[in-house]
Amino acid sequence: MTDQASNPIRDAISQAISENPVILFMKGTPDQPMCGFSARTVGTLQALGAPFAAVDILPDPRIRQELSALSNWPTIPQLFVNGELVGGCDIVTEMYASGELAETLGVEQPGEVAGVAEPAAAPRPMGIENRIS
Amino acid sequence: MPTAEDVKARIEAAIPGAEADVQSADDVHFNARVVAGAFHGLSRIEQHRLVYAAFEGELGGSIHALQLKTETP
Repeated sequence: MTDQASNPIRDAISQAISENPVILFMKGTPDQPMCGFSARTVGTLQALGAPFAAVDILPDPRIRQELSALSNWPTIPQLFVNGELVGGCDIVTEMYASGELAETLGVEQPGEVAGVAEPAAAPRPMGIENRIS
Repeated sequence: MPTAEDVKARIEAAIPGAEADVQSADDVHFNARVVAGAFHGLSRIEQHRLVYAAFEGELGGSIHALQLKTETP
């Protein structure tokens, strides 16, 4: 199906996942999400004050293809923690509400878990870069 | 375009014993709650993958979004 011998996009994705303890593949950027599900996922991470790297998958359709092939997960966003796929928006939101996300990320759960609003201009995520484009 | 009924039928056919409650306002975005014994012992990721497997290639296409909540009976 794909050329196993040389697949620079997949290699770059793998490398990004292994180099960043918390990395979100999303549509758009944390400051300017291009999809409600990506926005909500960014919102949970920001609500927990967890630093994360973000990759915008929109600039090149091959990023999404290769990511989904690698992760065996069809939709965007996708959150990886310590190299493992944690889930998409639904799972991340569910884990946020239950406190599991804070535990997975090793951060304090805020006292009050309200609905996650649109990502405000909260803590800036680290390393917003898109080496995969 | 698939209807909520179609999506429900697909999920229930793909996962024996599953009960799916599917809502959609526009037949493009779907919201599903799926209860299945088959989810026992699986991580959330694996549970969602079972459901996604019913829609090979259609998620992101004719099914723009499938919001999913999985539970065991």
